[in-house]
Amino acid sequence: MIAIVDYKMGNLRSVENALRRLGAEFVVTADAEVIKRADRVLLPGVGNAAEAMDNLRKAGLVEVIRSLRRPVLGICVGMQVMCRHSEEGDVDCLGIFDSHVKRFEPSQQVKVPHMGWNRIGNLESKLFKGIDGGEYVYFVHSYYPELCPDTIATTTHGKMFSAALKYENFYGTQFHPEKSGDVGERIIANFLKL
Amino acid sequence: MVAKRIIPCLDVKDGRTVKGVNFVDLRDVGDAVELGKYYAQSGADELVYLDISATREGRNTFTRLVERIADEINIPFTVGGGISSLEDAARLLDAGADKISINSAAIANPSLIDAIAARYGSQFVVVAIDAKQMEDGVWRATTHGGSRATELELFAWAREAQQRGAGEILFTSMNHDGTRQGYPCDTFARLAEELSIPIIASGGAGSVDDIAKVLTEGRADAALAASIFHFGEITVAKLKEELKQLNIDVRC
Repeated sequence: MIAIVDYKMGNLRSVENALRRLGAEFVVTADAEVIKRADRVLLPGVGNAAEAMDNLRKAGLVEVIRSLRRPVLGICVGMQVMCRHSEEGDVDCLGIFDSHVKRFEPSQQVKVPHMGWNRIGNLESKLFKGIDGGEYVYFVHSYYPELCPDTIATTTHGKMFSAALKYENFYGTQFHPEKSGDVGERIIANFLKL
Repeated sequence: MVAKRIIPCLDVKDGRTVKGVNFVDLRDVGDAVELGKYYAQSGADELVYLDISATREGRNTFTRLVERIADEINIPFTVGGGISSLEDAARLLDAGADKISINSAAIANPSLIDAIAARYGSQFVVVAIDAKQMEDGVWRATTHGGSRATELELFAWAREAQQRGAGEILFTSMNHDGTRQGYPCDTFARLAEELSIPIIASGGAGSVDDIAKVLTEGRADAALAASIFHFGEITVAKLKEELKQLNIDVRC
């Protein structure tokens, strides 16, 4: 069973729909026992990283998520809270990925939020099986995870940053695979097969 | 680098798409979900659905339609039309919309931008501005499909919308909309100069060159169009191929 963690960080519907289109069975839950037993855990999230950490704490899920040993996929803010620290609300996060989350400096060339389709490259994980470097995926964010030893995909908006991260069984994408057309669906399907 | 986006816009009435020249003379061009799927397959980067229903029943039909779109389409989509409160925004978010677009309601009540952005994030809020260049040369925002002029000056209003939390500006020139004579590129370029958020160009596309110009000279981040796609003059795929030939970075 796949668990989608419901910690009140935005709408989960698009992630649910993506799993449904792949024919996968899932539950939407904040129940620690269900999450611990799940074969796959998805941690989506839209919004503010500090609020996301706060919600995880309130739901008693901080240690639960850190202790998971099956594949976990954080998406967008769900990935950012798995990093060390975020500048958004200056908050210490779960510390799974060895990356800091920083705010984009807006300029004439760098619009913030970073919104739209970017190419990903330097793909280094089974998460990207069957996907060529240079494919486009969809991003919507104002904060980005820096490059680090856990980086498994990169992209560039002003500067190069981590488009995806991996540490042991934990995966994260800054982009939204559930909104990235057929390429995104392939990434989610790969995650389910890890 | 982020690719320039091509966004077909679908006007929806009672669950079906329509498009009017200058917002009048509506012509029915099909089922909203099927058409959206077709565009997504053809390479559209996002979709915009505008509800032009005037009745409560029409609004309810639209909400159910948004649920179906979210179920079936795997690219981002924005919904607009008649959103005038935080509750409207919440209802469409729950139905699965990725972004909402607000226009007249933001002019009537600018703090609506702050409220929605604070609750759901800037990325969820597109502020649409229908502006008209007046005889004295000043661009002013209009409401009600361009029929009512306001005192708001375009650039000042766009800056205010950004400052209040808009994540994108969707700018339509009411002097150009429906004319198919191209976009006012100098006005778009000035908007890009003044803002740090992405700008979507709308209204006026008659050819590939028009779109190419607004994405380069006009420095727009995305181009939204309806008629040229709905009536099959050019497919999204073909448009993007031609833009690529012109060295414009598009996803294809």
